Amino acid sequence: MAGPAVRDNDTVSLYRDDGIVLRTQKLGEADRIVTILTRRNGRVRAVGKGVRRTKSRFGARLEPFTHVDLLLYTGRSLDVITQAETVRAYGGPLAVDYPRYTSGTAMLETAERFTPVEKEPIIRQFLLLVGGLRALGERVHDPRLVLDAYLLRTLAVAGYAPALDECAVCGTPDPVNTTGSRSFAVPAGGLTCRSCRPPGAASPAVATIALMRSLLRGDWAQADISQARHQVECSGLVAAYVQWHLEHSIRSLRHVEHV
Amino acid sequence: MYEGIVQSLIDELGRLPGVGPKGAQRIAFHLLATDATDVRRLASVLVEVTERVRFCRICGNVAEEEECRICRDPRRDASVICVVEEPKDIAAIEKIREFRGRYHVLGGAISPIDGIGPDDLRTRELMVRLSDGAVTEVILATNPNLEGEATATYLARLLKPLGLRVTRPASGLPVGGDLEYADEVTLGRAFEGRRLLDV
Repeated sequence: MAGPAVRDNDTVSLYRDDGIVLRTQKLGEADRIVTILTRRNGRVRAVGKGVRRTKSRFGARLEPFTHVDLLLYTGRSLDVITQAETVRAYGGPLAVDYPRYTSGTAMLETAERFTPVEKEPIIRQFLLLVGGLRALGERVHDPRLVLDAYLLRTLAVAGYAPALDECAVCGTPDPVNTTGSRSFAVPAGGLTCRSCRPPGAASPAVATIALMRSLLRGDWAQADISQARHQVECSGLVAAYVQWHLEHSIRSLRHVEHV
Repeated sequence: MYEGIVQSLIDELGRLPGVGPKGAQRIAFHLLATDATDVRRLASVLVEVTERVRFCRICGNVAEEEECRICRDPRRDASVICVVEEPKDIAAIEKIREFRGRYHVLGGAISPIDGIGPDDLRTRELMVRLSDGAVTEVILATNPNLEGEATATYLARLLKPLGLRVTRPASGLPVGGDLEYADEVTLGRAFEGRRLLDV
Protein backbone atom coordinates (compact mmCIF):
# COMPACT_ATOMS: atom_id res chain seq x y z
CA MET A 1 0.00 0.00 0.00
CA ALA A 2 1.33 3.42 -0.91
CA GLY A 3 2.27 5.72 2.00
CA PRO A 4 0.83 9.20 2.51
CA ALA A 5 1.66 11.62 -0.27
CA VAL A 6 4.65 13.81 0.62
CA ARG A 7 4.75 17.14 -1.20
CA ASP A 8 7.94 17.85 -3.04
CA ASN A 9 9.75 20.78 -1.43
CA ASP A 10 12.43 21.15 -4.10
CA THR A 11 10.69 24.05 -5.81
CA VAL A 12 10.94 26.29 -2.72
CA SER A 13 14.01 28.38 -3.34
CA LEU A 14 15.51 29.95 -0.23
CA TYR A 15 18.53 32.18 -0.45
CA ARG A 16 20.54 34.35 1.92
CA ASP A 17 22.15 37.66 1.11
CA ASP A 18 22.99 40.96 2.75
CA GLY A 19 22.12 44.37 1.42
CA ILE A 20 21.16 47.99 1.99
CA VAL A 21 17.45 48.86 2.12
CA LEU A 22 16.90 51.52 -0.56
CA ARG A 23 13.18 52.13 -0.41
CA THR A 24 9.99 50.82 1.16
CA GLN A 25 6.42 51.02 -0.12
CA LYS A 26 3.24 50.11 1.71
CA LEU A 27 1.50 46.97 0.52
CA GLY A 28 -1.97 45.96 1.65
CA GLU A 29 -2.94 46.11 5.31
CA ALA A 30 0.39 45.68 7.10
CA ASP A 31 3.01 44.58 4.54
CA ARG A 32 5.73 46.47 2.78
CA ILE A 33 7.56 46.04 -0.52
CA VAL A 34 11.21 46.55 0.30
CA THR A 35 13.80 47.38 -2.36
CA ILE A 36 17.28 46.20 -1.35
CA LEU A 37 20.65 46.55 -3.05
CA THR A 38 22.26 43.23 -2.17
CA ARG A 39 25.85 42.11 -2.27
CA ARG A 40 25.38 39.01 -4.47
CA ASN A 41 21.99 39.39 -6.17
CA GLY A 42 21.97 43.06 -7.16
CA ARG A 43 18.73 44.95 -6.68
CA VAL A 44 15.99 42.80 -5.16
CA ARG A 45 12.35 43.68 -4.46
CA ALA A 46 10.84 41.61 -1.71
CA VAL A 47 7.77 41.59 0.52
CA GLY A 48 8.13 42.03 4.27
CA LYS A 49 4.94 40.50 5.64
CA GLY A 50 3.31 42.25 8.58
CA VAL A 51 6.29 44.57 9.07
CA ARG A 52 4.11 47.66 9.61
CA ARG A 53 2.58 46.17 12.75
CA THR A 54 4.10 47.47 15.97
CA LYS A 55 4.72 43.90 17.11
CA SER A 56 6.59 42.97 13.94
CA ARG A 57 9.81 41.10 14.71
CA PHE A 58 11.80 42.75 11.94
CA GLY A 59 9.91 45.87 10.87
CA ALA A 60 12.56 48.20 12.30
CA ARG A 61 15.30 46.28 10.48
CA LEU A 62 13.72 46.92 7.09
CA GLU A 63 13.90 50.70 7.22
CA PRO A 64 15.83 52.59 4.50
CA PHE A 65 19.60 52.98 5.15
CA THR A 66 19.77 49.71 7.11
CA HIS A 67 22.36 47.12 6.16
CA VAL A 68 20.58 43.81 6.73
CA ASP A 69 21.39 40.14 6.51
CA LEU A 70 18.35 38.49 4.93
CA LEU A 71 16.85 35.11 4.31
CA LEU A 72 14.43 35.22 1.40
CA TYR A 73 12.46 32.80 -0.68
CA THR A 74 11.82 33.31 -4.34
CA GLY A 75 8.23 34.21 -5.05
CA ARG A 76 6.39 34.34 -8.36
CA SER A 77 6.73 38.09 -8.86
CA LEU A 78 8.27 39.32 -5.59
CA ASP A 79 10.52 37.46 -3.18
CA VAL A 80 9.44 37.14 0.46
CA ILE A 81 11.64 38.06 3.43
CA THR A 82 11.52 35.36 6.08
CA GLN A 83 14.32 36.55 8.39
CA ALA A 84 16.23 39.79 8.81
CA GLU A 85 19.17 40.66 11.05
CA THR A 86 20.74 44.10 11.27
CA VAL A 87 24.37 44.32 10.18
CA ARG A 88 24.49 48.08 10.72
CA ALA A 89 21.72 50.68 10.93
CA TYR A 90 22.92 53.84 9.19
CA GLY A 91 19.50 55.50 9.42
CA GLY A 92 19.53 56.48 13.12
CA PRO A 93 22.32 59.11 12.96
CA LEU A 94 21.01 60.39 9.62
CA ALA A 95 17.39 60.91 10.71
CA VAL A 96 18.47 63.35 13.42
CA ASP A 97 20.54 65.45 11.00
CA TYR A 98 18.33 66.78 8.22
CA PRO A 99 21.07 67.79 5.68
CA ARG A 100 22.68 64.35 6.08
CA TYR A 101 19.29 62.63 5.77
CA THR A 102 18.47 64.39 2.49
CA SER A 103 21.97 63.68 1.10
CA GLY A 104 21.62 60.01 2.11
CA THR A 105 18.21 59.75 0.45
CA ALA A 106 19.70 61.09 -2.79
CA MET A 107 22.38 58.38 -2.53
CA LEU A 108 19.77 55.65 -2.11
CA GLU A 109 17.72 56.91 -5.05
CA THR A 110 20.84 57.14 -7.24
CA ALA A 111 21.82 53.56 -6.31
CA GLU A 112 18.34 52.42 -7.34
CA ARG A 113 18.53 54.28 -10.65
CA PHE A 114 21.97 52.87 -11.46
CA THR A 115 20.71 49.30 -11.00
CA PRO A 116 17.83 49.19 -13.49
CA VAL A 117 17.78 45.40 -13.86
CA GLU A 118 16.62 43.36 -10.87
CA LYS A 119 18.81 40.49 -9.63
CA GLU A 120 21.81 41.48 -11.72
CA PRO A 121 24.85 41.26 -9.41
CA ILE A 122 26.60 44.62 -9.12
CA ILE A 123 28.89 44.38 -6.12
CA ARG A 124 30.87 47.57 -6.85
CA GLN A 125 27.72 49.70 -6.60
CA PHE A 126 26.85 47.92 -3.36
CA LEU A 127 30.29 48.51 -1.81
CA LEU A 128 30.26 52.12 -2.96
CA LEU A 129 26.91 52.71 -1.29
CA VAL A 130 28.05 51.09 1.97
CA GLY A 131 31.16 53.30 1.94
CA GLY A 132 29.12 56.40 1.15
CA LEU A 133 26.61 55.79 3.95
CA ARG A 134 29.40 55.07 6.41
CA ALA A 135 31.17 58.32 5.47
CA LEU A 136 27.89 60.22 5.81
CA GLY A 137 27.18 58.74 9.26
CA GLU A 138 30.69 59.38 10.59
CA ARG A 139 30.11 63.16 10.31
CA VAL A 140 33.72 63.85 9.38
CA HIS A 141 33.02 65.49 6.00
CA ASP A 142 30.38 67.93 4.80
CA PRO A 143 27.32 65.88 3.62
CA ARG A 144 27.31 67.79 0.32
CA LEU A 145 30.90 66.65 -0.38
CA VAL A 146 30.10 63.05 0.57
CA LEU A 147 27.08 63.05 -1.76
CA ASP A 148 29.04 64.56 -4.66
CA ALA A 149 31.92 62.11 -4.14
CA TYR A 150 29.40 59.25 -4.16
CA LEU A 151 27.70 60.52 -7.32
CA LEU A 152 31.02 60.96 -9.16
CA ARG A 153 32.24 57.53 -8.17
CA THR A 154 28.97 55.80 -8.96
CA LEU A 155 29.20 57.38 -12.41
CA ALA A 156 32.76 56.04 -12.72
CA VAL A 157 31.66 52.53 -11.68
CA ALA A 158 28.87 52.65 -14.29
CA GLY A 159 31.36 53.79 -16.96
CA TYR A 160 30.25 57.42 -17.14
CA ALA A 161 33.08 59.14 -15.24
CA PRO A 162 33.40 62.76 -16.36
CA ALA A 163 36.59 63.57 -18.26
CA LEU A 164 38.55 65.82 -15.87
CA ASP A 165 42.13 65.19 -17.01
CA GLU A 166 41.65 65.36 -20.77
CA CYS A 167 39.32 66.90 -23.34
CA ALA A 168 36.16 64.78 -23.47
CA VAL A 169 35.96 65.25 -27.27
CA CYS A 170 39.50 65.11 -28.71
CA GLY A 171 41.47 63.72 -25.77
CA THR A 172 43.92 66.66 -25.39
CA PRO A 173 45.53 66.10 -21.97
CA ASP A 174 44.89 68.61 -19.19
CA PRO A 175 42.86 71.18 -21.21
CA VAL A 176 42.75 73.59 -18.25
CA ASN A 177 46.51 74.13 -18.17
CA THR A 178 47.44 73.46 -21.80
CA THR A 179 44.72 75.47 -23.54
CA GLY A 180 43.48 77.66 -20.67
CA SER A 181 39.96 76.29 -21.17
CA ARG A 182 37.53 76.03 -18.26
CA SER A 183 34.76 74.57 -20.37
CA PHE A 184 32.67 71.80 -18.77
CA ALA A 185 30.13 70.34 -21.17
CA VAL A 186 27.67 67.89 -19.62
CA PRO A 187 26.51 66.29 -22.92
CA ALA A 188 30.10 66.02 -24.20
CA GLY A 189 31.16 64.16 -21.06
CA GLY A 190 33.30 66.61 -19.05
CA LEU A 191 36.03 69.16 -19.69
CA THR A 192 36.75 70.21 -23.23
CA CYS A 193 39.60 72.16 -24.83
CA ARG A 194 38.99 75.58 -26.39
CA SER A 195 38.52 74.27 -29.94
CA CYS A 196 36.06 71.53 -28.87
CA ARG A 197 33.96 73.74 -26.57
CA PRO A 198 30.30 73.26 -27.52
CA PRO A 199 27.83 76.16 -27.23
CA GLY A 200 26.22 76.41 -23.80
CA ALA A 201 29.09 74.74 -21.92
CA ALA A 202 29.60 75.84 -18.30
CA SER A 203 32.73 77.72 -17.24
CA PRO A 204 33.43 76.60 -13.67
CA ALA A 205 36.25 78.01 -11.56
CA VAL A 206 39.58 76.19 -11.70
CA ALA A 207 39.14 75.39 -7.98
CA THR A 208 35.77 73.75 -8.73
CA ILE A 209 37.39 71.47 -11.32
CA ALA A 210 40.13 70.65 -8.77
CA LEU A 211 37.42 69.84 -6.21
CA MET A 212 35.72 67.45 -8.64
CA ARG A 213 39.05 65.70 -9.21
CA SER A 214 39.64 65.44 -5.44
CA LEU A 215 36.19 63.96 -4.86
CA LEU A 216 36.57 61.43 -7.66
CA ARG A 217 39.98 60.33 -6.35
CA GLY A 218 39.07 60.43 -2.67
CA ASP A 219 41.52 63.22 -1.80
CA TRP A 220 39.56 64.38 1.26
CA ALA A 221 42.35 66.59 2.60
CA GLN A 222 41.92 68.87 -0.44
CA ALA A 223 38.14 68.51 -0.67
CA ASP A 224 37.58 69.46 2.99
CA ILE A 225 39.43 72.78 2.64
CA SER A 226 37.55 73.84 -0.52
CA GLN A 227 35.49 77.03 -0.38
CA ALA A 228 31.68 76.93 -0.06
CA ARG A 229 31.14 78.68 -3.44
CA HIS A 230 33.20 76.02 -5.22
CA GLN A 231 31.28 73.29 -3.40
CA VAL A 232 27.98 74.81 -4.56
CA GLU A 233 29.23 75.04 -8.16
CA CYS A 234 30.55 71.47 -8.01
CA SER A 235 27.20 70.16 -6.68
CA GLY A 236 25.32 71.85 -9.51
CA LEU A 237 27.60 70.41 -12.19
CA VAL A 238 27.61 66.91 -10.68
CA ALA A 239 23.80 66.88 -10.31
CA ALA A 240 23.36 67.99 -13.94
CA TYR A 241 25.94 65.45 -15.13
CA VAL A 242 24.38 62.49 -13.25
CA GLN A 243 20.86 63.24 -14.40
CA TRP A 244 21.90 63.79 -18.02
CA HIS A 245 23.76 60.46 -18.24
CA LEU A 246 21.10 58.57 -16.29
CA GLU A 247 18.48 60.03 -18.63
CA HIS A 248 16.34 60.32 -15.52
CA SER A 249 15.86 62.95 -12.84
CA ILE A 250 16.77 62.13 -9.25
CA ARG A 251 13.87 63.57 -7.27
CA SER A 252 15.72 63.62 -3.94
CA LEU A 253 18.39 65.99 -5.27
CA ARG A 254 15.84 68.80 -5.32
CA HIS A 255 15.35 68.36 -1.56
CA VAL A 256 19.00 68.04 -0.55
CA GLU A 257 19.63 70.66 2.08
CA HIS A 258 23.05 72.17 2.40
CA VAL A 259 24.60 73.13 5.71
CA MET B 1 -16.49 39.25 -18.09
CA TYR B 2 -19.93 39.85 -16.51
CA GLU B 3 -23.02 41.76 -17.72
CA GLY B 4 -22.31 45.50 -18.01
CA ILE B 5 -23.37 46.94 -14.64
CA VAL B 6 -22.05 43.99 -12.58
CA GLN B 7 -18.65 44.29 -14.25
CA SER B 8 -18.70 48.07 -13.63
CA LEU B 9 -19.34 47.40 -9.93
CA ILE B 10 -16.43 44.91 -9.80
CA ASP B 11 -14.15 47.38 -11.57
CA GLU B 12 -15.08 50.21 -9.17
CA LEU B 13 -14.60 48.01 -6.07
CA GLY B 14 -11.27 46.82 -7.47
CA ARG B 15 -10.01 50.41 -7.39
CA LEU B 16 -10.27 50.52 -3.57
CA PRO B 17 -7.03 50.10 -1.59
CA GLY B 18 -6.29 46.51 -0.63
CA VAL B 19 -9.04 45.08 -2.84
CA GLY B 20 -7.84 42.86 -5.70
CA PRO B 21 -9.89 41.49 -8.64
CA LYS B 22 -11.00 38.39 -6.69
CA GLY B 23 -11.92 40.39 -3.62
CA ALA B 24 -13.85 42.89 -5.73
CA GLN B 25 -15.80 40.03 -7.30
CA ARG B 26 -16.58 38.56 -3.87
CA ILE B 27 -17.83 41.91 -2.50
CA ALA B 28 -19.92 42.52 -5.64
CA PHE B 29 -21.67 39.17 -5.36
CA HIS B 30 -22.15 39.71 -1.63
CA LEU B 31 -23.89 43.03 -2.41
CA LEU B 32 -26.06 41.35 -5.06
CA ALA B 33 -27.17 38.75 -2.52
CA THR B 34 -27.75 41.29 0.29
CA ASP B 35 -31.08 42.86 1.16
CA ALA B 36 -31.70 45.92 -1.06
CA THR B 37 -32.35 48.18 1.98
CA ASP B 38 -28.88 47.50 3.37
CA VAL B 39 -27.26 48.20 0.01
CA ARG B 40 -29.21 51.45 -0.35
CA ARG B 41 -28.10 52.52 3.14
CA LEU B 42 -24.44 51.87 2.19
CA ALA B 43 -24.88 53.82 -1.06
CA SER B 44 -26.46 56.79 0.71
CA VAL B 45 -23.65 56.87 3.31
CA LEU B 46 -21.06 56.87 0.52
CA VAL B 47 -22.80 59.79 -1.21
CA GLU B 48 -23.25 61.65 2.09
CA VAL B 49 -19.58 61.24 2.99
CA THR B 50 -18.42 62.74 -0.29
CA GLU B 51 -20.83 65.67 0.11
CA ARG B 52 -20.41 66.45 3.80
CA VAL B 53 -16.88 65.54 4.86
CA ARG B 54 -14.12 68.09 4.45
CA PHE B 55 -10.85 68.94 6.17
CA CYS B 56 -10.83 71.14 9.27
CA ARG B 57 -9.55 74.61 8.37
CA ILE B 58 -7.50 74.77 11.59
CA CYS B 59 -5.93 71.34 12.06
CA GLY B 60 -6.54 69.44 8.81
CA ASN B 61 -8.50 66.63 10.51
CA VAL B 62 -11.59 65.21 8.77
CA ALA B 63 -14.66 67.24 9.76
CA GLU B 64 -18.30 67.63 8.87
CA GLU B 65 -18.19 71.38 9.44
CA GLU B 66 -15.58 74.03 8.80
CA GLU B 67 -13.85 73.10 12.06
CA CYS B 68 -13.51 69.58 13.47
CA ARG B 69 -15.04 68.39 16.76
CA ILE B 70 -11.71 68.71 18.61
CA CYS B 71 -10.96 72.25 17.45
CA ARG B 72 -14.51 73.35 18.42
CA ASP B 73 -14.30 71.79 21.89
CA PRO B 74 -13.54 74.58 24.46
CA ARG B 75 -12.49 71.98 27.08
CA ARG B 76 -9.45 70.97 25.02
CA ASP B 77 -6.13 72.47 26.09
CA ALA B 78 -5.19 75.05 23.46
CA SER B 79 -1.63 75.39 24.77
CA VAL B 80 -0.55 71.92 23.55
CA ILE B 81 -0.55 70.82 19.90
CA CYS B 82 0.15 67.26 18.85
CA VAL B 83 1.48 67.07 15.28
CA VAL B 84 0.55 63.88 13.38
CA GLU B 85 0.98 62.66 9.80
CA GLU B 86 -2.60 61.57 9.00
CA PRO B 87 -6.12 62.05 10.43
CA LYS B 88 -6.21 58.33 11.35
CA ASP B 89 -3.31 58.97 13.77
CA ILE B 90 -5.64 61.32 15.69
CA ALA B 91 -8.10 58.45 16.15
CA ALA B 92 -5.27 56.25 17.51
CA ILE B 93 -4.16 58.90 20.05
CA GLU B 94 -7.74 59.71 21.07
CA LYS B 95 -8.20 56.04 22.02
CA ILE B 96 -5.70 56.37 24.90
CA ARG B 97 -7.90 59.08 26.55
CA GLU B 98 -4.80 60.75 28.00
CA PHE B 99 -4.16 63.61 25.65
CA ARG B 100 -6.39 66.69 26.14
CA GLY B 101 -4.65 69.09 23.77
CA ARG B 102 -5.31 69.81 20.10
CA TYR B 103 -3.89 68.38 16.90
CA HIS B 104 -2.27 69.40 13.66
CA VAL B 105 -2.32 67.06 10.65
CA LEU B 106 0.71 67.41 8.34
CA GLY B 107 -0.75 65.31 5.53
CA GLY B 108 2.24 62.95 5.31
CA ALA B 109 5.95 62.87 6.07
CA ILE B 110 9.01 64.26 4.35
CA SER B 111 10.14 61.69 1.79
CA PRO B 112 12.62 63.13 -0.74
CA ILE B 113 12.79 59.81 -2.62
CA ASP B 114 9.06 60.17 -3.36
CA GLY B 115 9.50 63.87 -4.16
CA ILE B 116 7.78 65.03 -0.94
CA GLY B 117 9.54 67.93 0.75
CA PRO B 118 8.57 70.17 3.70
CA ASP B 119 6.68 72.54 1.39
CA ASP B 120 4.34 69.72 0.35
CA LEU B 121 3.16 69.29 3.96
CA ARG B 122 1.04 71.60 6.15
CA THR B 123 4.12 73.07 7.85
CA ARG B 124 3.27 76.67 6.92
CA GLU B 125 -0.18 76.30 8.50
CA LEU B 126 1.48 74.97 11.67
CA MET B 127 3.78 77.98 11.90
CA VAL B 128 0.78 80.31 11.46
CA ARG B 129 -1.02 78.54 14.34
CA LEU B 130 2.01 78.97 16.58
CA SER B 131 2.51 82.63 15.78
CA ASP B 132 -0.01 84.00 18.34
CA GLY B 133 2.01 82.67 21.32
CA ALA B 134 -0.90 80.71 22.86
CA VAL B 135 0.82 77.36 22.34
CA THR B 136 3.55 76.37 24.82
CA GLU B 137 4.21 72.75 23.84
CA VAL B 138 4.34 70.92 20.51
CA ILE B 139 4.35 67.10 20.53
CA LEU B 140 5.85 65.71 17.33
CA ALA B 141 3.94 62.42 16.99
CA THR B 142 5.03 61.50 13.46
CA ASN B 143 5.46 57.77 12.77
CA PRO B 144 8.43 56.10 14.48
CA ASN B 145 10.03 55.22 11.15
CA LEU B 146 12.84 56.90 9.26
CA GLU B 147 10.65 59.38 7.37
CA GLY B 148 8.73 60.24 10.54
CA GLU B 149 11.97 60.79 12.49
CA ALA B 150 13.39 63.00 9.75
CA THR B 151 10.15 65.02 9.64
CA ALA B 152 10.28 65.45 13.43
CA THR B 153 13.93 66.56 13.21
CA TYR B 154 13.06 69.10 10.53
CA LEU B 155 10.12 70.49 12.53
CA ALA B 156 12.08 70.59 15.79
CA ARG B 157 14.73 72.70 14.08
CA LEU B 158 12.02 74.97 12.67
CA LEU B 159 10.32 75.38 16.08
CA LYS B 160 13.50 75.88 18.14
CA PRO B 161 13.73 79.67 17.63
CA LEU B 162 10.13 80.06 18.92
CA GLY B 163 11.22 78.95 22.40
CA LEU B 164 8.49 76.31 22.71
CA ARG B 165 8.72 73.00 24.54
CA VAL B 166 9.11 70.47 21.70
CA THR B 167 8.63 66.82 22.67
CA ARG B 168 8.39 63.45 20.94
CA PRO B 169 6.49 60.38 22.21
CA ALA B 170 8.74 57.67 23.67
CA SER B 171 9.60 54.64 21.56
CA GLY B 172 10.24 51.21 22.92
CA LEU B 173 8.97 47.76 23.65
CA PRO B 174 5.39 46.79 22.86
CA VAL B 175 3.33 45.81 25.88
CA GLY B 176 2.71 42.06 25.93
CA GLY B 177 5.78 41.15 23.88
CA ASP B 178 8.83 39.11 24.81
CA LEU B 179 12.15 40.94 25.18
CA GLU B 180 14.06 38.24 23.28
CA TYR B 181 12.05 38.92 20.12
CA ALA B 182 12.59 42.69 20.16
CA ASP B 183 14.78 44.00 17.37
CA GLU B 184 17.95 45.86 18.35
CA VAL B 185 16.73 49.25 17.05
CA THR B 186 13.57 49.20 19.18
CA LEU B 187 15.39 47.73 22.18
CA GLY B 188 18.09 50.41 21.84
CA ARG B 189 15.42 53.13 21.84
CA ALA B 190 13.77 51.56 24.89
CA PHE B 191 17.06 51.68 26.77
CA GLU B 192 17.74 55.26 25.67
CA GLY B 193 14.36 56.32 27.02
CA ARG B 194 14.44 54.28 30.25
CA ARG B 195 12.86 55.93 33.29
CA LEU B 196 13.53 55.89 36.99
CA LEU B 197 11.36 53.50 38.97
CA ASP B 198 10.59 55.54 42.05
CA VAL B 199 8.94 53.04 44.40
